[in-house]
Amino acid sequence: MRGRADAGPAGACVDSHGGSPQRERSMIPAKTISRAAFHPMSAPDFVPAELLRELQLSRLRGVVTRAWERVPLYRSRMDEHHLRPDDVRSLDDIARLPFTVKADLRDTYPFGLFASPMEEIVRLHASSGTTGKPIVVAYTQQDLDVWTSVMVRSFAICGLHHGDIIQNAYGYGLFTGGLGAHYGAEGLGATVIPISGGNTDRQIMVMRDFGVTAVCCTPSYFLHMAERAAQLGVDLRALPLRVGVFGAEPWTGAMRSRIESLSGIQAFDIYGLSEIIGPGVAIECPCQDGLHIFEDHFYPEIVDPDTGAVLGEGAEGELVLTTLSKQAMPIIRYRTRDITALMSGACPCGRSLRRMKRISRRSDDMLIIRGVNVFPSQVESALLDVEGTLPHYQIILTRAYGLDQMEVQVEVTSETFSDKIGALEQLHDTIADAVEHVLGLRVEVTLVEPRAIQRSEGKAKRVIDRRLQP
Amino acid sequence: MKLQQLSLFSENKPGHMIAPCRLLARAGIDIRALSLADTQRFGILRMIVSDWQRAKRLLEEAGAAVKVTEVVAVEVPDRPGGLAGVLDLFEGSSINIEYMYAFPFLRGERAVLIFRFDQPDAAIEVLQAGGINVVGSGALDEK
Repeated sequence: MRGRADAGPAGACVDSHGGSPQRERSMIPAKTISRAAFHPMSAPDFVPAELLRELQLSRLRGVVTRAWERVPLYRSRMDEHHLRPDDVRSLDDIARLPFTVKADLRDTYPFGLFASPMEEIVRLHASSGTTGKPIVVAYTQQDLDVWTSVMVRSFAICGLHHGDIIQNAYGYGLFTGGLGAHYGAEGLGATVIPISGGNTDRQIMVMRDFGVTAVCCTPSYFLHMAERAAQLGVDLRALPLRVGVFGAEPWTGAMRSRIESLSGIQAFDIYGLSEIIGPGVAIECPCQDGLHIFEDHFYPEIVDPDTGAVLGEGAEGELVLTTLSKQAMPIIRYRTRDITALMSGACPCGRSLRRMKRISRRSDDMLIIRGVNVFPSQVESALLDVEGTLPHYQIILTRAYGLDQMEVQVEVTSETFSDKIGALEQLHDTIADAVEHVLGLRVEVTLVEPRAIQRSEGKAKRVIDRRLQP
Repeated sequence: MKLQQLSLFSENKPGHMIAPCRLLARAGIDIRALSLADTQRFGILRMIVSDWQRAKRLLEEAGAAVKVTEVVAVEVPDRPGGLAGVLDLFEGSSINIEYMYAFPFLRGERAVLIFRFDQPDAAIEVLQAGGINVVGSGALDEK
């Protein structure tokens, strides 16, 4: 079953999109989405709010019970607060439950938060943690089915359906992006090209020769592809390509305008995180005014990042998510550190799923480099390991050819300086290896003169982010 | 006789050599010998100066990373075979030359070679036994 753009519920705001101010600014009109897809799996997008709340409460009680029964950390935390699962009688009671933070996943590495025996776990993924050890996440078959369903619904919201050819340029592997998008696209019935990331010229060749209609990757990588295509004389606007599903890093409205005018596609922001499931926690609809959260599976709250107090609709704060249906690894009130707000009012697209604003910033110092989570403290621990004391250092982020570049500048000290070239080369290589080991990412390391890094009066300015500069 | 050589870390970028040179000039310290070793990423400025202790203090006060290294200066005739005659002495020995640089004198027929040996004392013995003139920093003044 599939609705027409001008008739179906999924396409209610396609016309209004055509007249959005952003579109008017760009010289080249986006290819119109001729058919907005309604997939059978999309039905929960339109469930009336009252029914949705009932479903959420029953699932919340189930997941809290499961966590309490099977995961020692949750039981001890709830015991500390004198709470039992049956204390959750309404959705508001969720605020009584303790938060879960990234450190909890790190401290229970690798399998401490699993609520299913390994025989029932069919997939493991991992993302970078804060100390060199990754954070491990697990899925039962039912969890994978849920993940696939939210990705199917995500693609359907973007107007994709069977017959579409989806080039999946997210990295395949431990990172959740690649396989998450892959199974979603297959579940949709689309044709998937599992090309993974990198090799830009081949990406462009495939995009042109295979008649690709949609691309999934990070927005910065797509921008790079679009720029490279122009160099190669390939006009993306003349190709069947019409949709981009971009996520795994924050991006701006200006970047969206640039992408859309260069390629003529409509660019959708998708949100997700491994701790919760991977991509497919929330996605924009064609109205491009906030991201609909698949709140039948992921319960959103906005809290004050300092006090943890729950904030009302419209207030900006930290997004806290609870998995409502996860079996292998239920996550209760996870502090995402992403700053956003829940939006009030109904979306013209007709979905009852609440929307959150696009992520503008984070409440901690986490950086996302080419989709990899990086904390300055990781770089610090690597430098400490190598040098014994912490040298002055600075992380400089730039973007070249659409890809994030990270440079770590380290001041040479009288202690680390050697009169021998070989010893300095070795110091450089040891630092580069240590940083790569802890981040899982090769970055450029530069030895600089003492006092080369500007001193600040207060907190040291460790990160210079020039990625979003034009 | 060993000489104290100062080594400075320098980024391999335009303008990075001038600051230490200016500082020493203002303090009236003479740079008697100088060599720059560089890679793509960085450089090491090595110099023998008229007053190394004061130079080191001034450079460190200005924030530089400075190392003091003991080097050996020898005087050889400035003609073909001058350097080879010195190197011959070390053939077959366990003494390693980590690096060296040479200064011909404008007047006269001598050149001064500056060596960084891994075993400077043993090297001096070999040099003196071979009849090579190991010189003090004063010899560098006669340029």
